[in-house]
Amino acid sequence: MAIEWYLVVSALIFSIGAGGVLTRRNPLVVLLCLELMLNAANLALIAFSRMHGNGDGQIFAVIVMVVAACEVCIGLGVIVAMYRRRLPIDVDELRELQG
Amino acid sequence: MAEVLFFLVAAGALAGAIGTVSVPNPFYSVLALVCHLLCLALLFLLLRAEFVAAAQVVVYAGAVMVLYMFVVAYVGGSEMPVGPQGSRSMRLGSIVFAAVLFVELAIAILGTGLKALGTEGAGIGADGVARAGDSPYGTPEQIGELLLTKFLLPFEIASFLLLIAAVGAVTLARRRGGLHDGEEQRITPLDFVRPRSTGTMAEAVGTRPNATTRERAGLTSGAASGGTTETEDR
Repeated sequence: MAIEWYLVVSALIFSIGAGGVLTRRNPLVVLLCLELMLNAANLALIAFSRMHGNGDGQIFAVIVMVVAACEVCIGLGVIVAMYRRRLPIDVDELRELQG
Repeated sequence: MAEVLFFLVAAGALAGAIGTVSVPNPFYSVLALVCHLLCLALLFLLLRAEFVAAAQVVVYAGAVMVLYMFVVAYVGGSEMPVGPQGSRSMRLGSIVFAAVLFVELAIAILGTGLKALGTEGAGIGADGVARAGDSPYGTPEQIGELLLTKFLLPFEIASFLLLIAAVGAVTLARRRGGLHDGEEQRITPLDFVRPRSTGTMAEAVGTRPNATTRERAGLTSGAASGGTTETEDR
């Protein structure tokens, strides 16, 4: 398969994820849509790595995976803290940044 | 063969992505994302990135999604209306935004002068070896060599970032407001000097508290432990 097919699929997944982040109200699903966008970026990185024929893009993809794991960790911690404090699990209701 | 597989797997990945976005229940959303991640790992395999595909399946579809499952089960994945509050125009607007973003990305990708567009990528040889002396493309050997030589600093920074994220998650999700009932336990120097139970007859009969009765009575409420110490003194 030619490389641009992979890039187009990556762009499509990224757009779906961006639309999901804008549309959904549950922070859990917003995090899932962020995962979609990161994975689309990973697919593009690996396609570029294949294009150049060296492994630099794959290292970049692995580092992106690490950063995504950190983001999931912190995001789920915030959601659990929201649940503990009886806050509504809804990103539209949470407008203030004060503790 | 590769083309057929590509289209099947790409359709599966897109279906998983759309399912993640559009299913009302977060639980099924996570399951759709797992399906999407597995399809994406197959796409990585088609691009000859074997190590990243394995890491995708094990780390992402395995560990991270299990973490999501736990939190969805803990918070109670309540079914929620999909769109923003009330207004249909907001939802329509975001869909239009996503479509515009895709068109823009497609123009940006296909309009660039990248030399490899329209080809299958750089020649990496039949067995994955581009030049003599290089380790094979996409294998753990190559990834490990690059991580420990050329990309040593990003590797160390990533590990440090993971440590900070773990500490931050524990700090965020920790229970606030001190200890709760039944968790309080005082440690006095007397506990170390005197054994909890000396094995006398009085302990067996029950007039003098031994370790188990003291644990049952003394730790639940202070009044009960006061009572037992009085009997102990007598």
